[in-house]
Amino acid sequence: MKRLAKTFESLRSQKRKALITFVMGGDPDVGTSLSILKALPSCGADIIEIGMPFSDPMADGPVIQLAGERALAGGCTIAKIFDMVVAFRKENSSTPIVLMGYANPVYRYGVDKFAHDCADFGVDGVIVVDLPPEEDQIVREALGNQFVDMIRLIAPTTDEARLQTILDGASGFLYYVSIAGITGAAKANLDSVRAHAALIREKTDLPLAVGFGIKTPNDAQEMSAFGDAVVVGSSIVEKIAQLREKSDRLGQDAPEMAAVLDHIRALSGALKASA
Amino acid sequence: MQSEPKRPNSYRKGPDESGHFGPYGGRFVAETLMPLILEVEKAYLEARDDIKFWVEFDKYAKHYIGRPSPLYHAEKATQHFGGAQIYFKRDELNHTGAHKINHCIGQILVAKRMGKTRIIAETGAGQHGVATATVCALFDLPCTIFMGETDVQRQAPNVFRMKLLGAEVRSVTSGAGTLKDAMNEAMRDWVSNVHDTYYLIGTVAGPHPFPMMVRDFQSVIGKEVREQFADRYGGLPDTLVACIGGGSNALGLFHPFLDDPDVKLIGVEAGGHGVASGEHAASLTGGTPGILHGMSSYFLQDEHGQIKDAHSISAGLDYPGIGPEHAWLFDHKRVEYVSVTDEEALDAFQLCAKLEGIIPALEPAHAFAHVAKIAGSLPSDHHIVMNLCGRGDKDIFTVADKLGVKL
Repeated sequence: MKRLAKTFESLRSQKRKALITFVMGGDPDVGTSLSILKALPSCGADIIEIGMPFSDPMADGPVIQLAGERALAGGCTIAKIFDMVVAFRKENSSTPIVLMGYANPVYRYGVDKFAHDCADFGVDGVIVVDLPPEEDQIVREALGNQFVDMIRLIAPTTDEARLQTILDGASGFLYYVSIAGITGAAKANLDSVRAHAALIREKTDLPLAVGFGIKTPNDAQEMSAFGDAVVVGSSIVEKIAQLREKSDRLGQDAPEMAAVLDHIRALSGALKASA
Repeated sequence: MQSEPKRPNSYRKGPDESGHFGPYGGRFVAETLMPLILEVEKAYLEARDDIKFWVEFDKYAKHYIGRPSPLYHAEKATQHFGGAQIYFKRDELNHTGAHKINHCIGQILVAKRMGKTRIIAETGAGQHGVATATVCALFDLPCTIFMGETDVQRQAPNVFRMKLLGAEVRSVTSGAGTLKDAMNEAMRDWVSNVHDTYYLIGTVAGPHPFPMMVRDFQSVIGKEVREQFADRYGGLPDTLVACIGGGSNALGLFHPFLDDPDVKLIGVEAGGHGVASGEHAASLTGGTPGILHGMSSYFLQDEHGQIKDAHSISAGLDYPGIGPEHAWLFDHKRVEYVSVTDEEALDAFQLCAKLEGIIPALEPAHAFAHVAKIAGSLPSDHHIVMNLCGRGDKDIFTVADKLGVKL
């Protein structure tokens, strides 16, 4: 069974919601970023989302834009992210990894090679923000041939007809973008998320993750009621941004790392408490 | 780059239903924007089939913009180069001083039909920003213009113009603070305000339907040239020349002639310090296929697919991408794409002023620089029409600075 499906199944049987943590690959440097990745599962991250930095991240707010700039300044590339995944997989073979980014670097890397490498190195799913269903066929098929899931996004603006289009090619899980906006924006209106999530639930059994605007343990707890998972990104990345002020290539036991990892523990604790 | 594509029956039928010109174009946007983009497409296709829409467009084109713009036989330039007959399509005489107003009028009429109550736009040099602010004043809609911090500083007069017209100018500090960053920020604003906002894109770029829609509105240029040329000289011109940043004025001129194989079409990209120097804005002659700003096209990028900053003396050409239809025409070799350096454009700027008493914008100065290269070696019965798509008042500070003159 695929890692993603296994994780959701196991969490469902425990009546728990998944914590999906987003970090930008290579932020603030490749070494520190790998230390963070390795520490995430023991702090309670159930699924790890790794951002592939892009020069023009049109769906991201300032926090993740800056993370991408730091990563690129540190020389991060898709190849280096695969190296990080390989290093991570030497220690962890159970936590699913989802890569998230924009189409251009993936196309430049080579779609088929990208899909092969995802499968070879232990990536379980891929989100490409600027590939809506109308444009994702090439990448989706390449990934599908390698049994890697293409994770599709659903937005508050998605109507019922489009929802069906999205569901028709979806696999892994669905990512509900809870606000019409960019990453790091204000939290969504709960009633709106509840209504949309209910509609999605009616139409599919795929696990549903809710993301965008979820920053605190309390946010995570509230939003987890509507799906199977919550995605937290900007508030984690904000804490990683402060590491840069200190020193490069931090290990996971470095005292500075505590602020990042404690935040993950608190998020995870909040989800477990509501189980 | 791919192998030579098959010649289509017509070059004027694109894009296909999904907004593609061959492998280019498309709708590479986040899901949040997709429903809205489909709505824009629907609204535009309805408008396109509605005679009343075009009656209104024509009314503003004639009485507000001042169309048709003249087709002027530049006899002194012709004499100077001693070869082909040179004609200027005088789109610099339009209200607001450039061709941008053509698609601004068209798009604001579409936005009104859609019931949108707020307009946003990106601008580089400020020409599209001024044109957008102008139509927003005319139609009484609030308007926010995104402009890179660097451009805000180097285009202060246009920033002031936009403010006079009632627009809010938002300085964009992300990235390098230039046109591509302004476009990113406009997209971010749009995704955050989908319900009431219309994004009035300033060139034949972005997600479908924008490249098609802007082209259709700008095609007024080429249609007029066809008529004016036939009326006065008979037949068709032999060569058309236009500068290219995103490509709106060039496509506006070329599109009505794409299926006339005897008409040679030349697009002039901004070569900056020279394409070989790496500091340029020549996306076709110096870039590679990629995906950005909602479209598949040619871009300046590094080996990892990170977009590079463009460089051009002309802020209006300073964009690291190009409209997807140009990418397609480039692959099909229907249009010849060349580049002209900053220095050549600067010389052409001065030459045009002295020869014809017309101070061109730095953008069409690129086109004139190429005309200067080819006209002399062509026979006197060869007719070149160049799109003089903007006037140079906005550029006098940049040019004075380059010439070491303090104003």
